[in-house]
Amino acid sequence: MTFHDLAYDAGKTDFQRKAEVIGVGREGELLEVAMGPQHPSTHGVFRMDVVLDGETVVKLKPVFGYLHRNHEKIAENTSYLGSMPYTDRLDYFCSLTNNWAYALSVEKLAGLQVPERAEYIRLITAELTRVLNHTCLAGFLLQDMGALGTPLMYAFREREKILDLIESLTGARMMCNYMRFGGCRCDLPAGWLDAAKKVVAEYPRFLDEFETLLSGNEILMARTQGVGKLSAELAINAGITGPMLRASGVDYDLRKVDNYGIYSRYPFRVPLGSHGDVYDRYMIRMLEMRESLKILEPALKDIPEGPVVDPKAKLRGFRPKAGEAYGRIETPKGELGFYLISDGSPNPYRYRVRPPSLINLTILEDMCLGQTVADAIVTLGSVDIVLGEVDR
Amino acid sequence: MDDGLRNELSKQGVVVVKLEELYNWGRKNSVWPLSFGLACCAIEMMAASMARYDLSRFGAEVFRPSPRQADLMIVAGTVTKKMAPQVVRLYNQMPEPKYVIAMGACAISGGPFKQGYNVLKGIDRYIPVDVHIPGCPPRPEALIHAFMTLQRKIDAQKLTGPDRARHLNAELPSEFPVPLFGEHDLVPTKNPNVWEPAVVVR
Repeated sequence: MTFHDLAYDAGKTDFQRKAEVIGVGREGELLEVAMGPQHPSTHGVFRMDVVLDGETVVKLKPVFGYLHRNHEKIAENTSYLGSMPYTDRLDYFCSLTNNWAYALSVEKLAGLQVPERAEYIRLITAELTRVLNHTCLAGFLLQDMGALGTPLMYAFREREKILDLIESLTGARMMCNYMRFGGCRCDLPAGWLDAAKKVVAEYPRFLDEFETLLSGNEILMARTQGVGKLSAELAINAGITGPMLRASGVDYDLRKVDNYGIYSRYPFRVPLGSHGDVYDRYMIRMLEMRESLKILEPALKDIPEGPVVDPKAKLRGFRPKAGEAYGRIETPKGELGFYLISDGSPNPYRYRVRPPSLINLTILEDMCLGQTVADAIVTLGSVDIVLGEVDR
Repeated sequence: MDDGLRNELSKQGVVVVKLEELYNWGRKNSVWPLSFGLACCAIEMMAASMARYDLSRFGAEVFRPSPRQADLMIVAGTVTKKMAPQVVRLYNQMPEPKYVIAMGACAISGGPFKQGYNVLKGIDRYIPVDVHIPGCPPRPEALIHAFMTLQRKIDAQKLTGPDRARHLNAELPSEFPVPLFGEHDLVPTKNPNVWEPAVVVR
């Protein structure tokens, strides 16, 4: 019996619960700390109930639900297109990849084709989003380690450059609502490709600067190497996806596995870690950004002219035939999937999101046990959660 | 003192101010917000304090993680029914004088998630809000505008008299009741001393 089961046993006092789990005589040394929901390092409204023995984490219970916004139920009561703006608010760093995952599942359900140019735009925006997300993550991770301000300032400076591109394309900085079933909402504005090429060409300079300051930094290595270890076996069993899984050395990237979109046209490598610790997770993201830039550079040159939306796709009166579909893509955080059941009406009968952040968070306790509470914070930072997606 | 004399004196290197003006000038240029992010708007709140928008130009870059050290609560994001008691509790823990900016559509009214069963339809049902900024999320410029609006509001506060600021009036409350989970909804569903539903005139 674990502390988790006992925590809800109303008939017992805290003292009795601790005594049962930890053993009589040691209860007095233990301290229960509720970190969150208002805490600077929990990345939003997330709570960790941590039991500490001195400074060592003995038990850790994640508590979710402080940002449960009824996304799925609202989506079941609105039209298919009506839930596109809600997908923006799932993982609010990466609204374009969320859009893509949802558009992909509806396209599977309704059997729509995506024109060539729209596929290119989707790939370009998704990879820009990946770069943006990983940059911010590195900033937040360093913030959690106590490097207050500077790395995050650098990260947000670069984020603004990509946001400028996204804003001129979609009209919004964060909530893009850009993809449509069978394509994209609008074509690229004049001069956008040149602006994007410039940002992509200058980005490696920032990465070099960032890595010179951080990757070989003694303090960063001391704080992250060997911390928050996750074995490949546990990662697979727990359903972990994305950079966390690859940091544990499992070669699994949906861009390679599913070959959705036009990823098969561009060769890129999938970086893999070998230790599965926080440093590997940080490093994987750094390398993934460089691979993304490698995809972006030729894609921005190759993009053909043409329509951006399938002419057969209907905006109004969209009623897919009865059936079900599961569409998934590799978002910066992992596998984001949408499972839709249609009964032929304008609303989905069932709308289910498979959020990578939530599933990656479920093994937080296994990674944190036996480490200090400061390491638990760094480990949480390396999971890369966004509470909008965890709680939905 | 008339403005002419004051100008004349300032040319001589003598500054004459009322205590009220000096007090408000000092307070409005050093408002410390609570670093308290709820959802998407929190990212734009962070962006506002970063290099490009630089909220520190207005003296508000010191985000304090503890409510005991903060003057301003920026409610940045969707307040769910699970989170609302904590938001009110945090507000109660802040020392007076304290201010609230409701940032974004969700904090004002529930926004796009208003129809949801778990979303509070505006934080102003429980705590008094000084500035509302619409947007989903509002741009950092909008947050800076809200902040300047708050500065003007602080600047106009009176130290004495019947219309003096709330923190100087012992009769007005500085803490508000924390709602609790009821059978179906938060209990109470609103604080009638703070908020009343708008009356629709037909």
